[in-house]
Amino acid sequence: MKRIASLCALYAMLCWMSAWAAPVTIELPPEPEQNLRVGEGQAVTANNCQSCHSLDYIETQPMRKGAPFWDAEVKKMIQVFGAPISEADAKQIAAYLAQTY
Amino acid sequence: MLDRRQWLKTFGVLALTSLDAARQVGAATRGRTYTQPFANGERVLVKYPGKRPLIRLTARPPQLETPFAVFDESLITPNDAFFVRYHLSDVPLSIDPARYRVAVQGRVKAPLSLSLADLKSNFERSEIVAVNQCSGNSRGFFDPRVAGGQLGNGAMANARWTGVRLKDVLAKAGILDGARQVTFNGLDRPAIDATPDFVKTLDIDHALDGEVMIAYAMNGRDLPFLNGYPVRLVVPGFYGTYWVKHLSEITVINDAFDGFWMSKAYRIPDNACACVAPGTKPAATVPINRLNVRSFVTNLRDGQKVKARTTIVRGIAFDGGSGIKEVLVSTDAKRTWTPAKLGPDHGKYAFRPWTIALRFARGGHEIAVRAVNARGQTQPDVPSWNPAGYMRNVVETLRVVAK
Repeated sequence: MKRIASLCALYAMLCWMSAWAAPVTIELPPEPEQNLRVGEGQAVTANNCQSCHSLDYIETQPMRKGAPFWDAEVKKMIQVFGAPISEADAKQIAAYLAQTY
Repeated sequence: MLDRRQWLKTFGVLALTSLDAARQVGAATRGRTYTQPFANGERVLVKYPGKRPLIRLTARPPQLETPFAVFDESLITPNDAFFVRYHLSDVPLSIDPARYRVAVQGRVKAPLSLSLADLKSNFERSEIVAVNQCSGNSRGFFDPRVAGGQLGNGAMANARWTGVRLKDVLAKAGILDGARQVTFNGLDRPAIDATPDFVKTLDIDHALDGEVMIAYAMNGRDLPFLNGYPVRLVVPGFYGTYWVKHLSEITVINDAFDGFWMSKAYRIPDNACACVAPGTKPAATVPINRLNVRSFVTNLRDGQKVKARTTIVRGIAFDGGSGIKEVLVSTDAKRTWTPAKLGPDHGKYAFRPWTIALRFARGGHEIAVRAVNARGQTQPDVPSWNPAGYMRNVVETLRVVAK
């Protein structure tokens, strides 16, 4: 009886330990396939932006905010968040976003 | 904890009369899409680990918003409905709780490396019900619109947090003279090294106030992974930006931290309303801090049809920790206000439930709700505006049609 009790205790402890020792892992749903709106500069925008974040960051912004809004956003990504975007690309991206969104 | 059953018990038959209304609120979240009531507000409901389908704002990093009907489901926001907000794309996806450590370092006598077992067994357990609200909750309603996460009203949640007091942990490490601030870092990392890591700061007095917590449980269970498993900072009364998830480093410093997420981001105009004239820039800014006063109707939604009879309207109110003194409701274009009945008090940092019986004659009605806190602070009739889209707390109004 005593032996069974101690076996049970050992089993409970092992369960507890294995539950504890295992890493907790999650899998995020796949990133949805997103296409930016068609326009000149679409590809260069998608390529640069999605290296750091999903494109819904662009899609969900308020519409028709114009050049000052998008110039500031592109500038922020480069100067504040350190996005490695060339000057030529940056110009194209800002122009595309201002025209298309 | 006030679940739906207790809620019904508390408010008795009154609540039952508006059950049909609650069902209609629920209808807005059925299906796979959710439409925010502002331009370009179409979203998809997506199920994430540990979560029911939530409103996806962005995929990488994940930003998920709580469908508003959840706030009528229970006073405590269920773990699987609690909103998710990350800043940086390299989010942790696998964490071994047995190996997890929280470093306590910097200007301390004895640096610590605390395991979860240390936290759970070597410190006194602390518990608090507190609202975590995103600084940019409701940003999508700003007019003129501003850049940033275009959130509806669902980036807020009310939960019971269990953990240990930061004060006790810092005391164990022993703070050295001259300490000014404490910085907090978590496991989430930027996509590229050039991006500033997400590090937040509290002044030393705040860190030692006995309320700031390192929480390992939310509503009696392990923190959901996407809400900062296995431990996160809980800063009652302060905006969610300070509630660092997957907390891994606590550093005591003797100067003022100048990292991007404190010195450039999450800044508000340095004045009483944290606001400026729409479209203008503030002359001076300070780090965002305490929640302002807000209140919402939860069992009716804008445009809803109701029966022409007495209806129980219910909702929630909260603030940054002075506590809700009264909730006032108007049905005559904010000319006269009637106090609502306040429900159970779960502490000054929690959602405070309220109810009011309103008699609707046939026709259209506008319901406005305004809360007042213990310091006499209330909500503005006209929305306050600031360039980052933070701290919206205008008096909410909704229209119903009685038949």
